[in-house]
Amino acid sequence: MAKDLNKELIIDGLRMDGRLTDQLRDVKMEIGTVSSASGSAYVSFGHTTAIASVQGPRSLFPKFLQNSQTGILRVRYNMLPFSVSDRKSPGPDRRSTELSKVIRKSLEPAVILDDFPKATIDGFIEMIEADGSTRVTGINALSLALAHAGIPMKDLVAACSVGKINNTLILDLNGLEDNNSESDVAVAMMPNKNLITLLQMDGMLTKEEFMKLLNTAKDACGKIYEMQKMALLEKYKGEEQ
Amino acid sequence: MIGYAEELIKHGKRADNRAFDEFRDIEIKPNHIEKAEGSAYVRIGKTQVIAGVKMGVGTPFADTPNEGVLMVNTEFSPLASPKFESGPPSEDAIELARIVDRGIRESHCIEMSKLAIIPGEKVWSVFIDIFVMDHQGNLQDAAALAAITALLNTRFPKLDENNKIITGEHEGKLPVVKKPVSVTVCKAGDKLFVDPALDEEGIVDSKMALGFVDDDIICAIQKQGNVGIEYDMIDSIIDLGMRKAKELRKLVR
Amino acid sequence: MKTRTIVIPGEYLDEKRGRKLGSGTYEENDKVYSTFLGIARISENELSVVPLSGTYLPKLGDRVIATIDEVEISGWFIEMNSPYSAFLPIAEAVDEFVDLQRTDITRYFDIGDIIFGRISRVTRNKNVQLSMRDFESRKLKGGIVIKVTPSKIPRIIGKEGSMIMMIKEKTKCEIVTGQNGLVWIRGEDKQKAIEAILTIDRESHMTGLTEKIEKMLGE
Repeated sequence: MAKDLNKELIIDGLRMDGRLTDQLRDVKMEIGTVSSASGSAYVSFGHTTAIASVQGPRSLFPKFLQNSQTGILRVRYNMLPFSVSDRKSPGPDRRSTELSKVIRKSLEPAVILDDFPKATIDGFIEMIEADGSTRVTGINALSLALAHAGIPMKDLVAACSVGKINNTLILDLNGLEDNNSESDVAVAMMPNKNLITLLQMDGMLTKEEFMKLLNTAKDACGKIYEMQKMALLEKYKGEEQ
Repeated sequence: MIGYAEELIKHGKRADNRAFDEFRDIEIKPNHIEKAEGSAYVRIGKTQVIAGVKMGVGTPFADTPNEGVLMVNTEFSPLASPKFESGPPSEDAIELARIVDRGIRESHCIEMSKLAIIPGEKVWSVFIDIFVMDHQGNLQDAAALAAITALLNTRFPKLDENNKIITGEHEGKLPVVKKPVSVTVCKAGDKLFVDPALDEEGIVDSKMALGFVDDDIICAIQKQGNVGIEYDMIDSIIDLGMRKAKELRKLVR
Repeated sequence: MKTRTIVIPGEYLDEKRGRKLGSGTYEENDKVYSTFLGIARISENELSVVPLSGTYLPKLGDRVIATIDEVEISGWFIEMNSPYSAFLPIAEAVDEFVDLQRTDITRYFDIGDIIFGRISRVTRNKNVQLSMRDFESRKLKGGIVIKVTPSKIPRIIGKEGSMIMMIKEKTKCEIVTGQNGLVWIRGEDKQKAIEAILTIDRESHMTGLTEKIEKMLGE
């Protein structure tokens, strides 16, 4: 679909789905969606829905892939054929291969792998429905799945998207906004450490605009982190006694 | 569980106290995915699958110039089971897709002759994609339930004057006139049972995937497993399948 | 912070104040954080976090239920519900002298046999050795093995063994628990014992669990 930068997407300060410029879509998070996995989570931001699961730690074959000093993290991001308007043909493509890599890189700083020499921890993300900001939704889900799987981590990873449409800075782009944005930025953070672990940008921004967006993203990651924490605690409510 | 299911079944019991002819609890949610033209989430016990239908404009096959085109695809994502691997679809995934395909195609549940846009040139293609989300046994019956439920609530996308799809707009429903369902009957020793949980699936001698249309007509059969089935048992296998198919069909809307 | 509360990875626990760092924690600038989704244990001497979930990782001294996976000339490879397998050397398994030139050691243990042993060595690279040179270690004959969440094993055992004793008494079953999340059960009434153990695994966080199990077994 061709970009239309002039398309009116903000009218009287409200976006087409009724949101304010700095407002997240409705967020749902649930732990333990996939019983056959070591850990799993479901995360949706509006109509963007990700399911993530973790298999392992498990032994890694063929053997030459093993690292005898530490475990490794592998990530596969995939969009299901029916998740988008035009059916996506199944299987990996260049986009999903790159996203799998950047998602892994966004989680690696948080995951402590020393306890798993020779083994692998496999993280899988399936986009059930895609309406913009899929990589960050996938990161939020996989971060939860890793925690649920009992993988040691220095912090959770929380992620969101920010961008610019109609010359206005906005938070959490949906598909329509993403398709017609002047710029979009994907950010993941380890909120307690104030560390940025994913930063990708498309389009053009001034430094001032970029810094402003980054600040919006940081605040939003803080909010998303609180939601992740609530979801994890909800799952284990009552275990304290 | 090691050797557990086998021993129980020998003694006429199942791990979750079900009767041999009893399914686990079933949940069906139609219209699960807005981006798809039709969709369904199906849960049988802990097994979860999602089916999504996408409609496309394509060219007909030469031998059926006035009929739509059907395609069924299954993804066994490694997300759903420690046993599933990344890579091209496995034998099992393709077999499952083909059995679902036969159940739908051979039952003539979709009126394919109504799917011509310009006869001989442009017809509707119906893509059914089945995503296995959690593999805890009996994917076959879950996938078939999800597929028919998704088809039953599939809408046509609206077309512009050049017969291009207008994204996000719909008109009319896919003509689905029958409700094929699948019942997989398992055999372990001399015992027959339905809806195998994952640990039970590991110990069956053989399985028979049976597809039935509304009026008790069989529309697909696939014998699976490593052991032959005694000729004399076929009769009771089909009876059991047919009885359960009637019950399942009541859940399909 | 309460002394027993659920924490998530990265959550701040307390100032270190010279205390010992137990498992599931890390320190930065004298501040201690959790690495696990788990239950924080903060005492005057130590800070630690017990994970609420996770795969079993072998630890020295753990008692495990394991399956013989492969037979070698001088010992056995053992599968123990973990990403790491263990090796059981013949000297750690058999008291008598064995002439390895002439003996097929499957006469002691063969593929598929289930054993109860103790982890006697774990290297940094997670090479694991198993030993059966003590009174409790043995081959577990017959019976069945069920899988539970490894971190729930202490719940199944109960305070000073109270829970497992109750299940054993009421079902007249022999039950062996492995710290690797496997439970072996043998006896007439094992169906009831299995149900009880799976219920504890599922509902260990519910109040009144002991009463529920007692009632369940009483029927």
